[in-house]
Amino acid sequence: MWLRVTLTVVVLSLVSGAANAPDLLSEGSMGAALRFTAPILLAGLGALWAERSGVVNIGLEGMMIMGTWFGAFVGHQAGPLAGVLAGVAAGMSFGLALAVMALGFRIDQAVAGLALNLLAAGLARFLSSIFFDGIDGGSITQSPTVDALATVSLPGAQALLEPVASASIPIVSDVAQVTLGLVTDVSLLTLLVVALVPITWWVLFRTGLGLRIRACGEHPAAADSLGVSPAVHRTIALAVSGAMAGLAGAFLVTVASSVYREGQTGGRGFIGMATVVFGNWMVVPTAIGAFIFGFTDALRTRQEASVGALLLVAAVAFVIVAVVRGRHRSCRDAAGWGVASALLVSAFVLLPVVPPEFVSFAPHLTTLVVLALARPDLRAPAALGLPFRRGGSS
Amino acid sequence: MIQPVIELRGIGRRFPGVVANHDVSLSVAAGQVHAIVGENGAGKSTLMEILYGLQRPDEGEVRIDGRPVRLDSPADAIAHGIGMVHQHLMLADNLTVLENIVLGSEPIARGGRLDVARARAAITAIAARHGLPLDPVARVGDLSVGARQRVEIVKVLYRGARILILDEPTAVLVPQEVDELLRTLRALRDVGFTILFISHRLDEVLSVADVITVMRAGTTVVSVQPRDTDVRRLAELMVGSALPEPARHGVPPRAGVALQLRGVTSARPDARESLHDLSLTLHEGEIVGVAGVEGNGQSELIEVVLGIVVPSAGTIALGGHDITHWPTGERRALGLAAIPPDRRSEGLLLDAPLWENRILGHQLGPPLARGPWIDRGVARAGTRAIVLEADVRTPSIDVAASALSGGNQQKLIVGRELAGDPRVLIAAHPTRGVDVRAQAAIWARLVAARDAGLAVLLVSADLSELIGLSDRIVVMLRGRITGELDPRTVTPEALGGAMTGIGP
Amino acid sequence: MTRERLIRPGLFLAAPVIAVGLALLVAGLVLAATGADALRVLQDTIAYGTTGRSVVAVVDKSVGYYLAGIAAAIAFRMGLFNIGIDGQYRLAAFAAAVVGGAVVLPWPLGVVLMIGVAMLVGGAWAAIAGLLAAHRGVSVVISTIMLNAIATGIIAWLLHPSRLAVQAPGSNNVATALIPEGGRLPTIPTPLGDVDGFLLVAIAVGVLTWLVLGRTRFGFELRASGMSLRAAAVAGVDAKRMIVVTMIASGAVAGLAGMPQLLGASHRYGLDFPAGLGWTGIAIALLGRNHPLGIAIAALLWAWLERSAQILDLTGISREVVTIMQGVIVIAIVVAYELVGRMIRRREQRFVGLAEAATPGEGPARAASGA
Repeated sequence: MWLRVTLTVVVLSLVSGAANAPDLLSEGSMGAALRFTAPILLAGLGALWAERSGVVNIGLEGMMIMGTWFGAFVGHQAGPLAGVLAGVAAGMSFGLALAVMALGFRIDQAVAGLALNLLAAGLARFLSSIFFDGIDGGSITQSPTVDALATVSLPGAQALLEPVASASIPIVSDVAQVTLGLVTDVSLLTLLVVALVPITWWVLFRTGLGLRIRACGEHPAAADSLGVSPAVHRTIALAVSGAMAGLAGAFLVTVASSVYREGQTGGRGFIGMATVVFGNWMVVPTAIGAFIFGFTDALRTRQEASVGALLLVAAVAFVIVAVVRGRHRSCRDAAGWGVASALLVSAFVLLPVVPPEFVSFAPHLTTLVVLALARPDLRAPAALGLPFRRGGSS
Repeated sequence: MIQPVIELRGIGRRFPGVVANHDVSLSVAAGQVHAIVGENGAGKSTLMEILYGLQRPDEGEVRIDGRPVRLDSPADAIAHGIGMVHQHLMLADNLTVLENIVLGSEPIARGGRLDVARARAAITAIAARHGLPLDPVARVGDLSVGARQRVEIVKVLYRGARILILDEPTAVLVPQEVDELLRTLRALRDVGFTILFISHRLDEVLSVADVITVMRAGTTVVSVQPRDTDVRRLAELMVGSALPEPARHGVPPRAGVALQLRGVTSARPDARESLHDLSLTLHEGEIVGVAGVEGNGQSELIEVVLGIVVPSAGTIALGGHDITHWPTGERRALGLAAIPPDRRSEGLLLDAPLWENRILGHQLGPPLARGPWIDRGVARAGTRAIVLEADVRTPSIDVAASALSGGNQQKLIVGRELAGDPRVLIAAHPTRGVDVRAQAAIWARLVAARDAGLAVLLVSADLSELIGLSDRIVVMLRGRITGELDPRTVTPEALGGAMTGIGP
Repeated sequence: MTRERLIRPGLFLAAPVIAVGLALLVAGLVLAATGADALRVLQDTIAYGTTGRSVVAVVDKSVGYYLAGIAAAIAFRMGLFNIGIDGQYRLAAFAAAVVGGAVVLPWPLGVVLMIGVAMLVGGAWAAIAGLLAAHRGVSVVISTIMLNAIATGIIAWLLHPSRLAVQAPGSNNVATALIPEGGRLPTIPTPLGDVDGFLLVAIAVGVLTWLVLGRTRFGFELRASGMSLRAAAVAGVDAKRMIVVTMIASGAVAGLAGMPQLLGASHRYGLDFPAGLGWTGIAIALLGRNHPLGIAIAALLWAWLERSAQILDLTGISREVVTIMQGVIVIAIVVAYELVGRMIRRREQRFVGLAEAATPGEGPARAASGA
């Protein structure tokens, strides 16, 4: 895996030089990437917890919205830490609501998720009209500002890496820049988010509770026959899922920005679902997917030339994948990736600059392309989306 | 007198519209292999589910070691030392053997971590002690059926069960695996385990059981010792009267070829299920039975003929037309009908009313469709006709298909497929879950249709059905046709041997 | 058994009534909490909502909602979740506005052309998601949401004076060229006022949808695929084709959702073109149980609620009470439908059980006479 990471950095570095886009691998863009990745990563973890237990959580977006609203509401009044806790609690409540609807009332999981999304949007607007409208700095669609959380930096990193970073040595400087970006001025919340990745992996794959949850997603009847209640474990998973989404919302209003704004979540709940598919329902690949999508999301704040450079990077990446697929004898797949790569190169050459409107949907387009070209041999939890009832008749 | 380890008195269990058990009494002594036999729908599975806490009885009492107990969930049953191996194995394919076994009773190390080492040691010890070889880190989905059943047994023993319930354990096993299983059960009995064994394979039951209890229509009829009875008498006790037999008329098949497969090859991730250079000819007016242990390509064969799977090599011809690359809809329009293997997920729209289910599979042309329009009148009238002819028990044709019992659903499907006057019928387990009377009726209808010229591809796990109905039997093993047998002269043992590739 | 056939729809009508009642209760509680006289507010709202002008406004608004709802329902019936109605209808309206503004045709050809373009673009945009789902197994939910964002970006980029838009003189609004008379739809005069002309088209679409879904082979195959993809495949339905065709149909109808606004009111696509119709369509489809008639009632209800919000403004109460009512209705109705469905299933099982218990001789005869 480290080989792949090194290769990626080298390629990025070369391309950023070739495309005259020094900002692509700068400290600033890495820092931004981290900030934009966190909510998507949380959404991905939320989707993973739910889907590993067998439930499709379409309501992630709504849970995130509740996280943003309550995070801002409480955060404005009682400080960012309280805001974060409130956001998590709000998300978790909606997660439990989904459990009640889909497991208790046995409503179709997707329909229940959609209904909760609708409720969340309406609720956010309604509560904003009561609490934010008329207050200084607030309106129906925006909250007053929330203070930020403390940030930390790795001691000594600045002193050590700064000279290397500004020395313009090819590749090495870029690596120094990237590292600086990842360890300087990082919000405490970001650290928590990153820590949740190994924690999730450990709980789901190394503990008894994790085994039970996964079993409920693979074969709930088997679990039930051994005294492991699918309803209980799916509820736990949904509570965690909602909490993750709520945390993502809280992150958006305390770290990524400092206000609640209507429409802030921007479909990240659904992008989170996509990262799980990208990661084949495994923790670390999901996180990697989140980073890819987060990186493209961060582009909107960077220099325009970086966007163009990223097209070239994607083109190179696609060529590599095309070669790999070709070696595996999947010629049609390889051709697909090859064509996509060619399209990207032509786009890079033809467009002097990528319009900002296009940058706004960069993560969404990336998601679509990655899903479209991903390998078809995915292994989702066997009972995903299927409701469980004891004693299904003959 | 020694206390029976299990005692059931006056057990009753009702479902909406169906009485599954009433006045059931059973007494099982310790260290005994106790078999429960009965036809489909006799209530055996429900009774075992009550004993395992998956169902709660509406009446009656369950006693373990003489004390009345309440079994509200499998956890309660496990606590009393009862373990169950279900007919449809309860194993998660994507998890390992070890994970499946310890689920719910995981050994926990310090810090909440799953103690894999301790689990592995315990599992290996149990497996060795009872002669049940298995690999704890293998992925269950990759194992053979016999191996998976061993996992189920170890799963039960791991929890300290002293009473084992096995529901139709030999249904999916090859004769060699059956012998191994019966040997294992005898060995377990000899060291003091109590074994409850549901089966309708009467010869197996007679060879291994110490006591046999017969159930019929939801209640226990009698308990006998194997030495005091034989297959015939047991069967009669199960049915309550003389056994029906499929009537075979001596009408020879016609010369015309209805369905022909030549050199059909299809690739599947599970190689055992792929078809390899398979050739088969069905004549008009002929029933060809396909025998083979489940998982040797029968489902792939059905899907290839239906058109859901396209073969990578070979040709398929229906009534002279090359349909190899035709989609399913066009094949059905040409006169291909199908009684699919899984009626609930493949043969019916559970939430739709019966008359709409009549249309399923037949919406491609007259009489149910005129141009782009569906003829509701014809559909409703046709459904009423089927309900009458096939004796489908329902108060109306507007109820949802899910409301019908399994047997009635099957009768509806059979009636529907035959009503279209097809040329070729794929009949997969056509009488699964159907009571004996209806089974005889379905057999009669299939034979009558055969006499009128229908070609039937019969896939079934029921050897007596295969032998009784078929004009020819072909044996499938690992995706190939390995032999052809004459049902008039073949014995179940020979057939079983051919199915495993060993023996005569 | 005609009684049997009526009980099902009858019970399913009870559900929305309960849901609306629950929402009213919640609204009443909220109003009471803010110190308002709930009953008085209700009276005022009903009085305002039943004036001639209100009825016309409600009907006008409901036309677009209805079409969005039908679009969602077509997909839902096949088990697909077309969340992309939002992107589809806006892209379609934009394209139609551009074409309508550029090509001058006599009435009614201009209108017909724009409708055609809208359906084409909407259908094509949805087809992307359909093809990805059928041939690459990409979840429709995810792909349509992504396509929404991409559509928004494309429109934003094109809606610029240097590309496909013009700056309206003296205003901040950037919009497409004004559509000439040939591309406008007149209103329909009624005793209560002039109603949006597209209402007729919407009714036609509704009737057509009901006919196709309920009475044609295609409709049967669509519904069967939604109930059980596997059973439909065994029955001869080409699953991949069905997914793509359904998405195209859904997208084409979605494309129509923006037409009332475009043809009858604004006559240009600008920055202020209404958004969010897609989510409303989904909510309405859920309320109407994916049935063209139910959706019509749901659309009217939804539009009526929003109209009532205006009177709330005037009485000093936050109009967002309506928003929360809408949210509560959706949740309540989804739960209510499930409970009603279960009641019906249990009833049927009981009836069937009685029939099965009948003796062999009587059974078949009774079944025949009962049907």
